[in-house]
Amino acid sequence: MAKLKIEDLDRIAEEARSKMTIREGAGKARITVHMGTCGIAAGARAIMSAFLDEIKAHNIKDVIITTSGCAGLCSREPMATVEFGNQAPVKYVDLTDEKARKIFKEHVLGGKFVMEYALSVGSERIR
Amino acid sequence: MEDLSLHILDIVENSVSAGAKNVEIVVSENRPRDLLRIEISDDGKGMNPAAVAHATDPFYTTRTTRKVGLGLALLEEAAKMANGSMDIHSVPGIGTKVIAIFQHSNIDRKPLGDMAATIVMLVAGSPDVEFTYRYEHDGYTFTFQTKEIRAQLRGLEMNSPDTLSFIREYITEHTVSLS
Ligand SMILES: Nc1ncnc2c1ncn2[C@@H]1O[C@H](COP(=O)(O)OP(=O)(O)O)[C@@H](O)[C@H]1O
Ligand SMILES: [Mg+2]
Repeated sequence: MAKLKIEDLDRIAEEARSKMTIREGAGKARITVHMGTCGIAAGARAIMSAFLDEIKAHNIKDVIITTSGCAGLCSREPMATVEFGNQAPVKYVDLTDEKARKIFKEHVLGGKFVMEYALSVGSERIR
Repeated sequence: MEDLSLHILDIVENSVSAGAKNVEIVVSENRPRDLLRIEISDDGKGMNPAAVAHATDPFYTTRTTRKVGLGLALLEEAAKMANGSMDIHSVPGIGTKVIAIFQHSNIDRKPLGDMAATIVMLVAGSPDVEFTYRYEHDGYTFTFQTKEIRAQLRGLEMNSPDTLSFIREYITEHTVSLS
């Protein structure tokens, strides 16, 4: 198979137009993966990859994935925060690949917090 | 850190925190000379000589969220473990260059790891920074530039999941068979 070329972005931009929104009225979701040296050492990058895989597999748009610096809670890394529009952000801690995929399906796609992995709901904004 | 690509992610985060607009990462694997070399250059705010001298001291950091800084100390330790070394060159107002060398065949040399995932995470966090990643492997060179992606976006965002997935596959495809 031929290797991807930069020009293949044309096709990807075209395909992006036909992707589905998450849920009626849900608005845009933002997933923030925390980094910092501790976060990176604890596996933050694998969490980002898991979320990216899920977004691709479900063929949806309206999700943005980003990172932030050290959150000062090194012992609970990897951590990620999920936000929807004006709802309070939910911070998830001690993540693994499987937990991230579950959070994606239940919270991002399904609209329900995954309480068992959440540190706090709405205690602080992560930017 | 499990592999060198994670160290690189951490070191480039320093560049981004220092306000860099351009960051260049060069990884060269030269087996005939038994060397692996990592060079990270940025145009961030730089450090004065005293700050450079302190930069690998784990108890030195200018961050306020935690008392110890670790990233540079950890990379230096990884290099020394593999019979190598780390150097920092920095000029205030101009930028910083971090060079780490490793003995390629050393049993304690960490594997390079997933550079595609590292670049993706950097772009996701800093979509406005221009990243260049050059990978040299026994004479073969692959160069990835966010600048080229940016010129071809056609309405996509730089940090949209579609763009990030493309970058991941693009870098993986062009480098995976080499190492
Ligand atoms: N590329 C860079 N540009 C400017 N300053 C830097 C750079 N890299 C490191 N530093 C300085 O060195 C310190 C130590 O870096 P590091 O070991 O990564 O620990 P940390 O990032 O946790 O503080 C930083 O806090 C910063 O002041
Ligand atoms: Mg650092």
